[in-house]
Amino acid sequence: MLRVTRYKEKIMDAHIQVKNLNAYYGKQLALKDINIEIPKNQITVIMGPSGCGKTTLLKTFNRFFELTENTQLTGEVLVDGENIYNKDIDVTEVRKIVGLLAQRPSPLPMSIYDNVAYGMHIHHMRKNREEYKDGVKHYLEIAGLWEEVQNRLNEPATSLSIGQQQRLCLARGLAVEPEIILGDEPTSALDPISSQHIESRLLDLKKQYTTIIVTHTLRQAKRLADYVIFMYLGELIEAGPAKEVFSNPKHERTKQYLEGLF
Amino acid sequence: MNQTLSKISEDIKSHRTKQDLFASRTFFVLTVFPVLLIVIITVALYLRAQPILSEYALTDLLYGEIWKPNQGLFGFRPFILGTIWVTAVGVILSVPACILVSIYLAEYAHARTRTIAKPILDLLAAIPPVVYGVWGLLSIVPFVDDVLAPLSKGRLDSIPILSVTQPTGFGILAGGIVLAVMIAPLIISVTFEVLSTVSNDLRHASLGVGATQWQTIRNIVIPQTLPGIIAAVVLGASRALGETIAVLMVVGNVPKIPTSIFDTAYPLPALIANNYGEMMSIPLYDAALLGAALVLLVVILIFNILSTLVLQRMLRRK
Repeated sequence: MLRVTRYKEKIMDAHIQVKNLNAYYGKQLALKDINIEIPKNQITVIMGPSGCGKTTLLKTFNRFFELTENTQLTGEVLVDGENIYNKDIDVTEVRKIVGLLAQRPSPLPMSIYDNVAYGMHIHHMRKNREEYKDGVKHYLEIAGLWEEVQNRLNEPATSLSIGQQQRLCLARGLAVEPEIILGDEPTSALDPISSQHIESRLLDLKKQYTTIIVTHTLRQAKRLADYVIFMYLGELIEAGPAKEVFSNPKHERTKQYLEGLF
Repeated sequence: MNQTLSKISEDIKSHRTKQDLFASRTFFVLTVFPVLLIVIITVALYLRAQPILSEYALTDLLYGEIWKPNQGLFGFRPFILGTIWVTAVGVILSVPACILVSIYLAEYAHARTRTIAKPILDLLAAIPPVVYGVWGLLSIVPFVDDVLAPLSKGRLDSIPILSVTQPTGFGILAGGIVLAVMIAPLIISVTFEVLSTVSNDLRHASLGVGATQWQTIRNIVIPQTLPGIIAAVVLGASRALGETIAVLMVVGNVPKIPTSIFDTAYPLPALIANNYGEMMSIPLYDAALLGAALVLLVVILIFNILSTLVLQRMLRRK
């Protein structure tokens, strides 16, 4: 049996609080009694060996976990103090506030422009064409893609390179004005330079957004993290400010993982 | 010693090779046979229809309005239009519901609902056409006569395609309703397959920015699969075009050009099934019926080939 060091200390400014969270795929327990608080406007990195439940945990934050059939969840996930699993919560509002950058870029089968405008249209966020145009430009700039695509906005999004596609997906996500950005290994399908692009965007954005990244590369975790969560076999082993966890891990498992023993 | 061993193994080897060769050749022939059959049937129909095709211009046959074989009048037009009317009514009645059912099954339904509902829907395809015909005769024809026709009378009657002049219930509407049910399982299962070709990544990309499921279906899934959905409909239509017995039992079979869905009709398959083998002493009658069969075959082949090509392309993408 693993001995779990639960993170007890209260974070002053927690954006997400997870309470007694258990997640099941069928009968298999994927998350075991997770309790964690995630700080606002910082980058939190969830790390751990594959199959440890990091992506599952991430998917409970925007209610994507329930999209997999035959799953079950108990416990609470509070965003700004409100349980997103309450019955009267509108799931589309949750997903508007909590954006997701997927592992593989998934541009919608439409033009570059329409990809960014898509979410704004869905939520009727602008009044007229001009405002939509401005919005699209704004978010493409934030995602660091405007320079490259400003003359080809009407081309299909699939004509972009994979790295550009991922930045487009970032722009699409940001366009619905989320407060939280989730990244499920968002650079794992990208080449090193594209990965660097995404990483630097995320670092720029952390002042305005709470960012939670799942990664399996330790070096990326060290580059990005302000706050670290280490998971193993569905359990939360250790969590804390990045400096502390990386320099002085409290738990033996964390130490072994950081040393690259598994 | 060693030599004999290698000899034996060589014998076995050659025997196995022969077996393999034999199998692959036999299977090849068996595979080629059905392909050839289509060609043979088409050519044979053409040859047997040749007498009438050389006697009359093709346009005269296709546009001719009067069918009086003993007077030498072979106008296919009432039959062609009858086929089109019945098929169109069947497709129009069937398609909207089928697409909604497919969307429900592919997008909304729980895995459990799907595993129960899908086989039952497929089972609809297993009901013999003649049973559908009897059902049409006993339920749909009286339903048209007692409910739908009176409903139209005096209200929608003034619209030409809804006018009621024919008081029995037999006709295009009855045939169309029966066809609508018969082609539903095919359209549903093909549309379902087509919808399943959309990757979940795309659905999630849309849901991820806060779109509802319906917005995702309307904006992403349907535009992405539209060619496949159209192909499913065309496949259903080609099934409807060829349906014989069930339609024949409820459609009235009067060789007159229909103008309303309450009119009787006489579709091509019914014409052939009702008449082939009788009154064959009339000159050119045999050739005329086989000419009708040829027209039907060619139209259905074209429909099938087109939709199969579209569907194959979509399913490959999956």
